[in-house]
Amino acid sequence: MPRVVLSGNEAVAVGVKLSRVNVVAAYPITPQTTIVEKIADYVEQGELKARFINVESEHSAMAACIGAAAGGARCFTATSSQGLLYMGEMVYWAGGARLPIVMAVVNRALAPPWSIWCDHNDALSLRDAGWIQMWAESVQEVLDMMVLAYKVAENERVLLPVMVNLDGFLLSHAYEPVEVPTQETVDLFLPEKRPAPYWIDVVDPKSYGTIASPDTYMEFRFKLQAAMDEAARVIEEVDAEWSRMTGRSYGGLLELYKCEDAEVGLVVVGSWAGDAKEAIDRLREKGVRAGVIRLRVTRPFPSRSLASVAESMDAVAVVDRSLSPGLPSVLLSEVRNALYDNGKKPYVKGFIAGLGGRDVTPLDFEAAVESTLKAKEDGGSRVEWLGLKGGRDVC
Amino acid sequence: MSNLPLTAIAYPAKGSAGRTGLWRTERPVINYERCVKCLICWLYCPEPAVVRRGDDSVEIDYDYCKGCGICANECPAKAITMVEEVS
Ligand code: SF4
Ligand code: SF4
Repeated sequence: MPRVVLSGNEAVAVGVKLSRVNVVAAYPITPQTTIVEKIADYVEQGELKARFINVESEHSAMAACIGAAAGGARCFTATSSQGLLYMGEMVYWAGGARLPIVMAVVNRALAPPWSIWCDHNDALSLRDAGWIQMWAESVQEVLDMMVLAYKVAENERVLLPVMVNLDGFLLSHAYEPVEVPTQETVDLFLPEKRPAPYWIDVVDPKSYGTIASPDTYMEFRFKLQAAMDEAARVIEEVDAEWSRMTGRSYGGLLELYKCEDAEVGLVVVGSWAGDAKEAIDRLREKGVRAGVIRLRVTRPFPSRSLASVAESMDAVAVVDRSLSPGLPSVLLSEVRNALYDNGKKPYVKGFIAGLGGRDVTPLDFEAAVESTLKAKEDGGSRVEWLGLKGGRDVC
Repeated sequence: MSNLPLTAIAYPAKGSAGRTGLWRTERPVINYERCVKCLICWLYCPEPAVVRRGDDSVEIDYDYCKGCGICANECPAKAITMVEEVS
């Protein structure tokens, strides 16, 4: 396997090329732009035989993908932040229409205040759109995840679109050495797209996404839910198959780092899992038995696997790069929800961190774990804003 | 539920929403003396309730004509008149 140095965004483009995508429709937005620039190059040079559709907005980009996917094409688009919000209506449409589109979302904070830096609120705002949501930690994982995403999306038991999330700048513009699978490997793993039962076909004309009366609407939504449950299993199977072919496995829904004997777990999503692991190593040197639980997939939410890993832990620190004003954060609520029904559940403390690209270091993760253990003993606050300047006096 | 498709799909079928002609308050009536078989009414009818015969003459399918009057408005020969429906 050739080893090359790629940025996160280039890895997405390479993934698209290896997956032999047929249609790409996208609109530029920082920090996503270099993905579609690279893909446009591939198409121009004849390295990727795809139709590249220039569109006037993200809403149209997704609309074009929806049309092409309904016609049987393998489709790709990419966006970030405001662009994703603008696309929102069509994002729900793709999910409800069960179209296996793959979209890279280069995570960026939402305005105002205007920000081009990373946080997770853009993708999480569309967590109920009927899309599988995957999150990468490294550039290698971005590349592998792209190929795996198509394999999961197009699986007949699933037929759902997939969002591949990578942290803006921290991953999108970070360069790392990457093993690029050969085209033969990917062709074997990801065969040509098979027609789904609902493809648009001129010989058998039909219209699509039509009205469902109160008589049937709920059943369509139930089917969507059942497909998500099935996707959880398919993601694990596909991860195992990829591992047999390339030797790289990521653990499916969750990646666990030093969790076997851990008394305290650190739950994270995305690229800062690397810093979290470093913090765990330092804590272990100090005698704290800690481990990292990295959620690779948040839809379907890995509730059962998470509960079974966490039940042997005394405490869990959730460090979340999102804010749900008034809640207070998405990941924290979902983790708590997953653990609630389990007989044995750990103490949970949440941390809101890294919003709008605020730097978070291994020292911050170390402090989060220590603060969680302390709060468990002395009943301190259950939610903390990491690195908030001036503390709560900021108001 | 298992016989439902994955998402809502409609197949072309005549009158699947019932006999929409029942809504009509005015009916188009063709004066065949004036009709020049240009087929503009046939092209414009949104339903479509203008039926094209083999010789390109036209007739209205009153089961589905909703009485919108587009055909009468578009007819260049003024061959279609809207006549009030009386029950
Ligand atoms: S009145 Fe309207 S619906 Fe009826 S035939 Fe004319 S155009 Fe068609
Ligand atoms: S538009 Fe008027 S003239 Fe033309 S076919 Fe219809 S009725 Fe006849």
